[in-house]
This record gives sequence, C-alpha cells and structure tokens, in this order.
Amino acid sequence: MRRIESCFQRLAEQKRKALIPFVTAGDSSKEVTVPLMHAMVEAGADIIELGVPFSDPMADGPVIQKACERALAHGTSTHDVLAMVKAFRERDSETPVVLMGYLNPVEALGYENFAKAASQAGVDGILLVDLPPEEALEIKPVMDAYELDMIFLVAPTTSDARIKLIGKAGSGYLYYVSLKGVTGSASLNVDEVAGRVETIRNLAQLPIGVGFGIKDAESAQAVSRVSDGVVVGSALVNQIAANPDNPEAINQSISDILAAMRNAMDQ
Amino acid sequence: MSERPDFSAFPDARGHFGQFGGCFVSETLMGALDDLAAMYERLKDDPQFRADFDYDLAHYVGRPSPLYLAERWSKQLGGAKIWLKREDLNHTGAHKVNNTIGQALLAKHMGKPRVIAETGAGQHGVATATVAARLGLKCQVYMGAEDVERQKLNVYRMKLLGAEVIPVTSGSKTLKDAMNEAMRDWVTNVDDTFYIIGTVAGPHPYPLLVRDFQCVIGREAREQSLKQAGKLPDALVACVGGGSNAIGLFHPFLNDDGVAMYGVEAAGDGIETGRHAAPLSAGRPGVLHGNRTYLMEDDNGQIIETHSVSAGLDYPGVGPEHAWLKDLGRVNYVSADDTEALSAFRELTRVEGIMPALESAHALAYARKLAPTMTPDQDIVINLSGRGDKDILTVAAIDGIEF
Repeated sequence: MRRIESCFQRLAEQKRKALIPFVTAGDSSKEVTVPLMHAMVEAGADIIELGVPFSDPMADGPVIQKACERALAHGTSTHDVLAMVKAFRERDSETPVVLMGYLNPVEALGYENFAKAASQAGVDGILLVDLPPEEALEIKPVMDAYELDMIFLVAPTTSDARIKLIGKAGSGYLYYVSLKGVTGSASLNVDEVAGRVETIRNLAQLPIGVGFGIKDAESAQAVSRVSDGVVVGSALVNQIAANPDNPEAINQSISDILAAMRNAMDQ
Repeated sequence: MSERPDFSAFPDARGHFGQFGGCFVSETLMGALDDLAAMYERLKDDPQFRADFDYDLAHYVGRPSPLYLAERWSKQLGGAKIWLKREDLNHTGAHKVNNTIGQALLAKHMGKPRVIAETGAGQHGVATATVAARLGLKCQVYMGAEDVERQKLNVYRMKLLGAEVIPVTSGSKTLKDAMNEAMRDWVTNVDDTFYIIGTVAGPHPYPLLVRDFQCVIGREAREQSLKQAGKLPDALVACVGGGSNAIGLFHPFLNDDGVAMYGVEAAGDGIETGRHAAPLSAGRPGVLHGNRTYLMEDDNGQIIETHSVSAGLDYPGVGPEHAWLKDLGRVNYVSADDTEALSAFRELTRVEGIMPALESAHALAYARKLAPTMTPDQDIVINLSGRGDKDILTVAAIDGIEF
C-alpha cells in the first residue's frame, strides 16, 4: 500500500485526523529544510507538503511568494528539493512527503525524468496548483507508473460534476481550498467548510484535507472535526520569515505551533 | 510548410492550439472560466451582441481605422509599398480598445460590477479604465512598479478616468508580475469581478475571445487592401509582445497562402545578450499564466526577467496561437532590438509625421529591412498598433532631456 493511503487508514483506525504542515523547500536556506522536516514530524505532523519554489507563484499570497523568493535567491532547484527528500528518507521511511508547486518546473525537467527522480528520492505525491485534471491527462499515467499520487484541489466554486471528475482523477487525498483567495488569506468559516466537505464526501471517495486560513490550534481543531486532515502553511512560513538566519528558532517556533495544533486536534 | 490546417477551426473546445494553449489555473477559477467560455460561445454569433460591438467600434472607437500608404517612406526605402494600418487613430490611441469594448460587453452580460486588468505600457489599462468609466464599472488596474515609473502619463490618464492603479512590487515589477497580481485578485473576488485580460494569452477562453475581438483589424485591412491596392498584401508585419495586435491583423489572412507574415519580437539589448523579450526567437515551451506557450525560462523552469525599451513588449511569454503558428511555419517570428526600434520611431516621425508607439516601432524596424528586398509592385501592411505620445518621456530620457 502507498504511504499516503496507509497513513490515512492508520489515522482512521485511531480516530485521529492528519496534521499536514507546508513549508517551501530551501526557505530560508537549503540547510534549514531537512532538520525542519524531522522537527515537524516530532511535533506531530503526519504528512509533509514541501513547496517547490517557483518564480511566479500566482495562487499564493505574499507570505509564500516571499518564501519562494528567499529559496530562489540562493538557487534552490527542483533537483535540490528532491535531494532534500532523499536526505529526509535516511531517517524517516514512514512519513509521506507531497511536493506542492506549479507545473512549469516539472515540465522543464520532463514528466518522465521528474517522476523517476521523485520516486527514487522517496516522494509520495505531487500537487500542482495550476494543473486541473483536464490538463493532467498526459502526466497522470507517468505519475501512476512511478506510484506517485496526484493530489488535486477542490474549491468553494467547484461544481458537483467537477468534484466527481476530480475525485476520479486524484489519489491519496483531496485538498479542499477553504476559501476564495490566495494562500495566507483571512480566516475561514468552519460551518461553510463543514457543509462543503459533506458535499465532497458524497461525491468522491478520497480522504479530504482542508487548507487556507488555518493559523492556530483553535482553527486546526475546528477544521479537523469536519475533515480528514488539516493543512497549515503561511502560519508556519511566517516563522521562517521572522527568523531567517536562526534555524534553531525556526524549528522551535514551528514545532510549538504544530504541537499545539496536534494537541487540540487529538482532544 | 506542410499540410495547412483550417486556421479558423482552432482552438479546440478546451482552448488548445496543437500542444499550446489550454487552461492551467487553480481550481477556484475553473468555474468562472467555464462560465465565461459558455457565455462567449452563446453570444459570439448573437446578432444583437455583434451589433452592439460593431456600433461601439464605429461610434466610440472611430472605426474603421484608415489604411494609409506611406508614400514618402516607401520611396525612401526603395522597395515594396508600405501601408500603415492606423490603429493609433483609435479612441485611446491603440488597438487595445477593440478588445476592452468586447470584454466590457461580456462583463455587462454576466452582471459583474467590477473589472480588473493588468497593464504593461498602460495602453490596455487606459482602454479598460475608459470602458469602465463609460459603463460605470469599478476598475482596478495592476501595473508593475517599474512600468508605473516609465509610463507616468498613462498612469495619470487612468486615474483621471476614475480607475485605481495598483503598483506591483513583486518579482521583476513589470507586466508578468502585474498579471500574477491580477490573477490573485480575481481568485479572491471571482464572484463580482470580471478580469479583462489585455492580450491573447492567459487561460482559455481568453486567447480565443481577445483574438476574435481584435480580428476587426485584419478584416478591415483585407478589405481596404483589395480596394486601395487592388490585391491582397504580399506581407504583413506586426510587433509581438503577448501578440494581440499581431493576431488581430494576421488571423483573417491565415488561409491566404500568398500572404507572408512577420511577427516582430523585442530583442532588447540583442538576443545574444540574453537581455531581451523574445520567447519565440530564443525560448522554449512551458506553462505560465494559464497556458502552454513559448517562455523565457531557465533550466529549472523559473521564468527569466525580460528587457525591452518598450513596456508593452516586456513579457516572458506570448499568446499560444503564435507558438502554434511558429511551429507550423505559417508566421515568421523575427526580432528588432531597442536601438533599431528607436531609430524607426524617429524615422517615421520625421518622414511621415506619424509618431508611433515604441511597441509598433519594432514592427517598423523590421519592415525597414524587409521593404528594400521587395519590389514597388509589392505591398507590405504594417500594424501601427499605437501612437507614441505615451513614450515621449522615455525617448526624451534617452536623449538626455528632462522635463
């Protein structure tokens, strides 16, 4: 069984929800990322979403735009990101790692080259925000061949027909974008999210992670009550922006946030 | 060129021109783009919609724009006769307004009270602010901070028209970053906002509908050539940034095999220096801003900063239909650098008394090389896509003059 599927299965048996942190690889330096990934797992992360930096992150707010700029300033390449996953796997063979980013860096390597390298590095899935399932017909079989899950987004504006389509196209989990906007936007409305997640459950078979607008233990707890997993990104990346030259402070502050979320979610 | 496709049959239903085009956006926008495509599909052959569009083009924009024989310049170059399609005479001073009129009509039909736009040189921003003023729509225009600086006159024009100009300070602070920011606005305000994209790029259906609205240029030029020159032109020349004025001129001639076409990209300091904005000449296929097309990018797929004296051509991508036409070999994509464009700007001003936009000056610069290789019984139509008033401060600065 693939790592993401077994992760959600184990959590379901334990009646727990997935805590899914996001950080941009290479932010604030290439050396920061791997120790940070381990620290996040120790603080209670179940799955890690690792951002592949891109020069034009159209779906991201200022916090993650700046994270991409910091990572690219010292030349973090897609190969560097894969090398980080490989280094992470030396000590952690269980925690699923999903690469999140935009299509162009993947196209630049070529689907086959990328999938092969990602699989060898120990990547479990990819989430490309500017790749809807209609445009993924070519890449999907390549990712399948290397047993990489393709995680697609569902939005508040997604029609029922599209939810069905996305549910069939994706594997691993669905990422429900809790609000209209870019990453790091204002707070979400839990009641609205609950209603939408219910709709998605009726139309698709995959576990549902919810992201956008989750910034503290309280919002993580509330969302975990109505979904299968909680994605937190900008709130963590803010900690990197606050301490770019202090890896220990980054690890500590991010671990504190995740541990508080974990604790609230498990209550 | 091998087997010629029927150019009028593209793009396909999902916006593809061969491997190019498509709809690469985050899920939140897919519904809005599907709605827009459906609305356009319904309206494009609707007689009332066509009549409204044509009425505005005639009485608000001032179409048809003349096809002017540049006799003195033709004689000086000593070759083909040069005809200028005078889009610079349109209301607001460029071809951009053809498209904003069309999209504003769509916004009205879709009941959206707010429009947003990205702009480089400011011509599209001005054209959007203009139609927004006329229809009473709220209007915000995203513009790279560097472009705000070099196009101060257009920034002030937009403000006078009641639009809010939002300087974009991320990335290279030019057109591509303005487009990123407009996309971010749209994804946040998708319910009440219509995004008026200014060129034939972006996700489907934009490359299709912008092309259709701009095709009035080529339809008129075709009719005017037959009437005034007694035949179709031998060559068409237009500058290509995103490529809306070029596709507008070219498209109605694509099935005319005898008409050669030249799309002129901005070579900036020179293609060989890497400081340019010529993805068709020196880029490779990739995905940016919702479509697959030729891009300026590095080995890791990161978009490279572009350079051109002309803000309107300073963009690392190009409309997907141009990418397709390049690969098919139907259109020749060439380039002109900053120096050549400035020289053509001065020459047309002095010889014909017409001051072209620096964007259009790239087309003139290439035509200046092409004309002498042809004969006086041959005709070249150049799209004079905009007037040069907006560029006076840029040219003055190069001349060392401050105001």
